[in-house]
Amino acid sequence: MFLSGNEAIARGGYEYGASFAAAYPGTPSTEIIESIIPYEEIYAEWSTNEKVALEVGLGASLAGARVLVAMKHVGVNVAADPLFTAAYTGVNGGLVLVTADDPSMHSSQNEQDNRNIAPFAKIPMLEPSDSQEAKDLVGEGFKISEQFDTPVLVRITTRIAHGKGLVQCQRRQEAPRREYKKDAAKYNMLPAFARRKRVLIEERTAALREFSEGFSYNKIEWGPKEVGIITSGIGYQYAKEVFADSVSYLKLTLTWPLPEEKIRAFASQVKKLYVIEELDPYLETQIKALGIKVIGKELIPNMFELSADILREKILGEGLPQQGGEEGELDLPPRPPVLCAGCPHRGVFHVLKKMKVPVMGDIGCYGLAVPPPLEAVDSTVCMGASIGMAHGFQKASAWLGDARIAVGAIGDSTFFHSGMTGLADMVFNKGAGVVVVLDNRTTAMTGHQPHPGSGITAKGEATREIAIEDVVRGLGVEDVAVVDAYDLEAAEKAIRHALDYSGPSVVIFRRACALLKGLPQMPPLLVDEERCTKCHICLSTGCPALIHHPDKSVTIDANACTGCTICAQVCPFQAIVEVGGEVSG
Amino acid sequence: MAEVTNVLLVGVGGQGTLLAARILSGVLQEAGYDVKMSEVHGMSQRGGSVVTFVRYGHKVHSPLVEKGSAHLILAFEKLEALRWLPYLKANGTIVVNDLALLPAPVLMGKAKYPPNALDILEEKTGKLMVIDAAQVALKEAGNIRTQNVALLGALARNMDLEIETWEKVIRENVPPKTVEANLKAFAAGGKYQ
Repeated sequence: MFLSGNEAIARGGYEYGASFAAAYPGTPSTEIIESIIPYEEIYAEWSTNEKVALEVGLGASLAGARVLVAMKHVGVNVAADPLFTAAYTGVNGGLVLVTADDPSMHSSQNEQDNRNIAPFAKIPMLEPSDSQEAKDLVGEGFKISEQFDTPVLVRITTRIAHGKGLVQCQRRQEAPRREYKKDAAKYNMLPAFARRKRVLIEERTAALREFSEGFSYNKIEWGPKEVGIITSGIGYQYAKEVFADSVSYLKLTLTWPLPEEKIRAFASQVKKLYVIEELDPYLETQIKALGIKVIGKELIPNMFELSADILREKILGEGLPQQGGEEGELDLPPRPPVLCAGCPHRGVFHVLKKMKVPVMGDIGCYGLAVPPPLEAVDSTVCMGASIGMAHGFQKASAWLGDARIAVGAIGDSTFFHSGMTGLADMVFNKGAGVVVVLDNRTTAMTGHQPHPGSGITAKGEATREIAIEDVVRGLGVEDVAVVDAYDLEAAEKAIRHALDYSGPSVVIFRRACALLKGLPQMPPLLVDEERCTKCHICLSTGCPALIHHPDKSVTIDANACTGCTICAQVCPFQAIVEVGGEVSG
Repeated sequence: MAEVTNVLLVGVGGQGTLLAARILSGVLQEAGYDVKMSEVHGMSQRGGSVVTFVRYGHKVHSPLVEKGSAHLILAFEKLEALRWLPYLKANGTIVVNDLALLPAPVLMGKAKYPPNALDILEEKTGKLMVIDAAQVALKEAGNIRTQNVALLGALARNMDLEIETWEKVIRENVPPKTVEANLKAFAAGGKYQ
């Protein structure tokens, strides 16, 4: 089969007897659970956040299931609390946690090398270097997890997650359910029990280190011994690409704990030793601590994605000739991603910009309201940060003597993920902030996964739809409004009211993501040339269906336009009209 | 080093580059090659510049194509063809769709779309093939959504793979109702002058 690393991990879950999977979507990890959902043998859920996903997974492990939990690198930060203590409780059924890191931040707010999590949490880690290993190592992970009574971290990066390769597949091997036995000292990490476990963890790590020495995936490939390369994960592929069979390799796969004797033995056989790894000097630091001399980060960058190009340039000092010229030689306009035509976020951010209020943003498509022309968002930090930051901004301003209010802008899925606790804080601590919930009925950026407000489960079953307004009122917010995100006048009125209100306010802007299937079709709009004064106010919405021509005129791409009317509503001259009809909005 | 052939499929999020890359990868597997394909999902799909790397040969290691090493670039859009030019190998071939999709900065009047994109490509490329995929899709196949397969037809002309294999994989990868239209688009794309 031709599988991406993510699909291969899902396949691995299937083949090696997983019966339970949980995740919160996040690029580049999302397709793992998406690919598991079709397997009838495996229960799968989108959990409300990564911490919950891991806790759900740990509970399922206690119940005796083999469990796969997946998340992006920053998701592991959210799940760190249960993870660091699950390292103490250990497991019952095998538990594999996949962390999908995003070097170069293709779709992330920061760059983390989550290999550092393994020694920090004191759990073993496996690093596949292609789709085949991604599948196989899920099976090895389950075995290690059950043998050593520990969660196992499988660490992949974007190029493993989204790179496809040929994978040999096999039939599912059922893993017999492991019986749950009550064991107070194992599963209750009260201080007295935890102290005992603390000692056992060191013993476990020592046993794992010995296991690592003999683990067949920690593999030496002998070639000429002038140069030796120690590498792991995707770094192995780039090294093979550049050096092929001209050097010797130690390819490490179980990268915590490291096989120290194997590393020493390899190092003693080669004249010059390089460590080739993406991001942090994770292997390098540990290998140097063994007293072994290596060349690593003095040549290879410690940030952004690694590539064969970089190795060629930094180690061999040569690049391939470029017929088409150097990058950046031609002065080309960039093509940044934009909010889609018909996006329900557009109008809300247009209004917020017009009102000149500080907007604490959040994680989602609305990150695209940061760049021009909307430029409506002041901060983007992490899932749920919008609400806490808006509260802190308002409280500090009041404390320091002015009445500045910040608006927290958060999506629906993000609100369930980690917005609710921030809102409770705002109510509890007598805040007067404003929260805008952009309820587009789905987890849009990662490709439309359902969430607690969607009324449908990952497996496609109907479920209770949790209404955000009920949650908000339940948390004690009295000033709550639900507004159509396509109605700019109502949006402005609602936000103005919320800003004037003395306590915490929530405005829920409800309109489905324009990319969702089965939405009612609205007629596209067009520009009435006679009324249009070429003022270009419509362009300030940043809608990609609006085309600005060299003669300064503006037209609307009828194929792209969804008829949302936001541009018509901002036009001061009523120059944007329905085809054959009158002014909209 | 064993010979590996590198192909880039470049375009704009939403143009169907991924499906085209999947079909190409399928054909290469049928032909018995080791294949790796690399794409990036997420934020870049929202109308941004997208690239899919396809590499094949006896054994493929890196999923990424290095600059200066692409034997073939299939560009779904002219500006994207220019953007990915540094990846082209000496004497490499570009198949480019004669289509300009204006990026946001151009739509807003903040930047200029290169007016002479095809001239620059002609000058910098070993072999350039220009195809109007929309015209092929509409006139020959009667379905505008077959543009990506029409482009594959043009790509196929530059690759040594059996036409029957292409047709088989296209059948398996497009919606059943559009099989005939896609096969027509593929054939017409291959004959385009």
